[in-house]
Amino acid sequence: MNRYYRWMFLVLLLASSTVPAALTIEITQGMEGAIPVAVVPFGWSGDTASAPENMAAIISADLNRSGRIETLSDGDLIAHPTEGAQVKFQNWRMVKADDLVIGKLTGNADGSFSVQFELYDVIRGKQLIGSSFPASRDDLRRVAHHISDLIYEKLTGEKGAFNTQIAYVTTSGTGENKRYTLLVADSDGYNPQTILTSNQPLMSPSWSPDGRQIAYVSFEKKLAEIYIQEVATGSRRKLAAFKGINGAPAWSPNGRQLALTLSRDGNPEIYIMEVSSGALRRLTSSAAIDTEPVWTPDGRSIIFTSNRGGSAQLYRVPVGGGKAQRLTFEGNYNAGADISPDGRKIAMVHGNNGNYRIAVLDLDSRLMRIVTDGPLDESPSFSPNGSMIIYATRAGNREVLSAVSVDGRFRQRLSLQAGDVREPVWSPFDR
Amino acid sequence: MKYMFSSVMVLLLIAVMSGCSSTGDKQEGPVSIEDKGTSADGGVTTSGAAGSGSFGNSSLDDPNSPLAQRVIYFEYDSAEITMDGQDLLVHHAGYLVANPTVHVTLEGHTDERGSREYNIALGDRRALSVQRILELNGVAPEQVTVVSYGEEKPAAEGNSEAAWRLNRRVELLY
Repeated sequence: MNRYYRWMFLVLLLASSTVPAALTIEITQGMEGAIPVAVVPFGWSGDTASAPENMAAIISADLNRSGRIETLSDGDLIAHPTEGAQVKFQNWRMVKADDLVIGKLTGNADGSFSVQFELYDVIRGKQLIGSSFPASRDDLRRVAHHISDLIYEKLTGEKGAFNTQIAYVTTSGTGENKRYTLLVADSDGYNPQTILTSNQPLMSPSWSPDGRQIAYVSFEKKLAEIYIQEVATGSRRKLAAFKGINGAPAWSPNGRQLALTLSRDGNPEIYIMEVSSGALRRLTSSAAIDTEPVWTPDGRSIIFTSNRGGSAQLYRVPVGGGKAQRLTFEGNYNAGADISPDGRKIAMVHGNNGNYRIAVLDLDSRLMRIVTDGPLDESPSFSPNGSMIIYATRAGNREVLSAVSVDGRFRQRLSLQAGDVREPVWSPFDR
Repeated sequence: MKYMFSSVMVLLLIAVMSGCSSTGDKQEGPVSIEDKGTSADGGVTTSGAAGSGSFGNSSLDDPNSPLAQRVIYFEYDSAEITMDGQDLLVHHAGYLVANPTVHVTLEGHTDERGSREYNIALGDRRALSVQRILELNGVAPEQVTVVSYGEEKPAAEGNSEAAWRLNRRVELLY
């Protein structure tokens, strides 16, 4: 009997330990000129002594992660109002808060919750937003992210991207025990959910434009194959398993096609596949490497990596085919592009003098700006509002993720307590 | 009481386990393979210059045979095979021609620098270069399979040229 319990406990422990660890976020490079905002702990009324989620802490962390807003420290929170009538603007002007966020969380008798929040312009003493939301227990973090989005948009004029997700690959163990895991987590690193594990490499996750599916490359059969998987249900189907490379899947903006790299004709080339029928059309034709396709947001062009000019550079070709135009000229290596949601900037891996960093090319001005330090940065992915780029980098011998503002001024690191993280891809807005 | 407690434990266990798989951690979902006509050869015409055949007696197990060397190394961002590499591949081609039922898998690899999918393509080009030399020396296309792992399976760990040069390779796996 004793042994039985011990066994059960062990199984429970093992089962629990397979719940993936959250990414922890650390701001590594601050930004001057951020808007100072006071976020006051939300009031709580309900059956339990404390609230099930600290809404203000979630919102505050979100806003700080943007680099454009800086929340006041707890010590500067001179009062704890939870509704407008309790606010004395003069006090908040004294601690140099431009804006103030207050709110209340209420636990209802039926187990549901209500969230109320208000945003005030402290300088003018005026309410900017007042809103309330019903929520289930599981939705509370998401509601907090939604509130962050509303605040961010009101204060910066730019849509917030807090209520989004990140897909990424982790690896742990070595040799025969090496494990590859494909996960999806909230944009703040919380709520990581495993969608696939394998003892062979998993690569190149790509979100469908509606955020419901992820295409990826799996070597589970000791050959590269492309699958598409529904994030919510885990059901998947194999899309490409040709001879040679099956790689670099990228969804078209309308979600009906996938650009991908195949070497079935004897050389890595880019193809367009109809997702529903599997019908294939070859897009590129060169004796060199052509890979890493990304669609422009208008769906008319593909940007890709090719070494047809002697070294890896980015090119653009019409989706219907035609002459490829070279886009990058600085540095001896430019590859792995992602395009901003407005189609005006391209992020890439930029190699120069043995240093691999993330660079952003402005397509209007043709100016290229290096936004990270290297030396082994890769896999840039724009946030859906275009303000940040998440990418893979190194911290010592470990693989971690970082996010940097598009201008390179603000940076943060996302890491696991143990193991390596790589290939981050930011989800689209709507899911 | 004892019975009740263990049922609670079992329920807990189920809860924890289903919690883990709530996003559908399915290894094998409904999988449908749509294999649209894989064209067999890599656009390479074999010249039929069958090697000397003098390696027919070489054993893969003989540590003194050139066949014991099964890794071809490459320069950075290059799929070009060195003269040494070509000499070694002639030995392997001879063995494969003499043993037409033997099959070899060519695994292309790169160092960790640069982007991952570019490295998959580079590893593929390296393995295809090796395949071309084997086929020019008379090896039948059916005897050779090519797979690229890019930077995903390094032979040596580390972020220095010492490790990188060992990782830029094609492995011949019999």
